[in-house]
Amino acid sequence: MDPIIQVKDLSKSFGSNVVLSDINMEIGRNEVVVVIGPSGSGKSTFLRCLNLLETPQAGDITIEGRSLMDKGTKIEEVRAEVGMVFQQFNLFPHLKVIDNIMLSPMKVKKWTAEAARKKAMELLGKVGLADKANAYPTSLSGGQAQRVAIARALAMEPKIMLFDEPTSALDPEMIGEVLGVMKDLAREGMTMVVVTHEMGFAREVGNRIVFMEQGRILEISPPSELFDQPKHERTKAFLSKVL
Amino acid sequence: MADFRFDIIGEYFPLFMRGTLYTIGISLSGIILGSILGLAIGFGNLSKKWYLRLPMQGYIHFFRGTPLLLQIFIVHYGVVSNILGRTDAVVAAIVALALNAAAYTAEIYRAGIQSIDRGQSEAAKSLGMSHWQMMRYIILPQAIKRMIPAFGNEFIVLIKDSSLVAVIAAPELMYWAKGASSQYARVWEPYLTAALIYLTLTYSLNKLLIYLERKM
Ligand SMILES: Nc1ncnc2c1ncn2[C@@H]1O[C@H](COP(=O)(O)OP(=O)(O)OP(=O)(O)O)[C@@H](O)[C@H]1O
Ligand SMILES: [Mg+2]
Repeated sequence: MDPIIQVKDLSKSFGSNVVLSDINMEIGRNEVVVVIGPSGSGKSTFLRCLNLLETPQAGDITIEGRSLMDKGTKIEEVRAEVGMVFQQFNLFPHLKVIDNIMLSPMKVKKWTAEAARKKAMELLGKVGLADKANAYPTSLSGGQAQRVAIARALAMEPKIMLFDEPTSALDPEMIGEVLGVMKDLAREGMTMVVVTHEMGFAREVGNRIVFMEQGRILEISPPSELFDQPKHERTKAFLSKVL
Repeated sequence: MADFRFDIIGEYFPLFMRGTLYTIGISLSGIILGSILGLAIGFGNLSKKWYLRLPMQGYIHFFRGTPLLLQIFIVHYGVVSNILGRTDAVVAAIVALALNAAAYTAEIYRAGIQSIDRGQSEAAKSLGMSHWQMMRYIILPQAIKRMIPAFGNEFIVLIKDSSLVAVIAAPELMYWAKGASSQYARVWEPYLTAALIYLTLTYSLNKLLIYLERKM
């Protein structure tokens, strides 16, 4: 495996609440890793450490060989290469869809407006929303908003995409359109780390499944193994509840 | 009320008008300068660095926790007269109101910025924006919209409070009302006229605010 992300002895606590302890794993280039586990097990916190929305207390994360803990590493540069999609979409409500997508390429990467617009329109086409370019986010359905959020993250041409329960806030009939976009992305070879409760998606798209509980990784296996022959009793108990 | 003397109002009318312009000028300068200073204080107050935060908190506590009249006296007799080498009531009035308004607007900025959902700053950061870019393009444009009613209210408060500078003889509306009252030993004519003018100012400002709010 050619690892793009390496996590070593990662620990994180909020006050006295230990949320992640001794997380170790590598994520390969073009790999799709799906993180599952009970509520409060630290899935979001783990994901947010990967783009430094949370600062770990101990351990190290390297992306493309560059340590995120290194004092010389610029946080903004790391984040520009790691896209993130949130459960609540977090579109910028005061900006049109197209401006939501163009803003960061222009301000962070210093692209010209034309270049950013071209990229934005291309991505809107890709997520099937070219006709919504001039709409404001409040006029979109949840599924549309989340697809715009994905396009916005992709406009920065990230090497890695992080998804934190991207379909959990959606009405059931809209889940499919978002998962569809994510499947396309996986097929194109995007490296993805996805926290989700969509076990069908995990089995179909995930190369490996991570099962987390109480801030620890209990099991990392390919989906066929993890879903059909879980090694751990806790994994079995969790799966019997969600499947 | 049968002997209500309109001639007093007539005689003082030009002075009332000039006073009204001073009232508007002093309050407007106060809110504008106060908002600029308040932005710096508000941001300092939101800083993670204690040596920025503590002085700003001290400032806010002082100006919100002491009477405006006292602040006007200190600025007039203590600060402005020492710096200029002479007393200047209008300058002192503007400085005192601006310093006072800065403390209140600092809190408006803080509350406005903190009212923006965390998800917005997280999304901005996740896209690689610096703190400054996030403030400039994401947080402030949304926060300022929410702050406009509070700024309007602060302006209305300032128009009323600016009457206090009559005591240092700044020639605004209240000063002339007081002058007319003592010259003619009359209460109702000058003070009712002043009240009517203050009401007109605050009422139209209030209407303007409601209009702005609805438009946004
Ligand atoms: N900013 C924070 N401050 C304090 N505690 C936090 C913070 N963020 C998360 N926690 C705590 O960390 C623990 C793990 O939270 P996390 O959000 O990572 O779990 P999760 O696995 O994503 O759960 P869920 O499935 O509910 O999203 C929880 O106990 C939570 O209360
Ligand atoms: Mg979570």
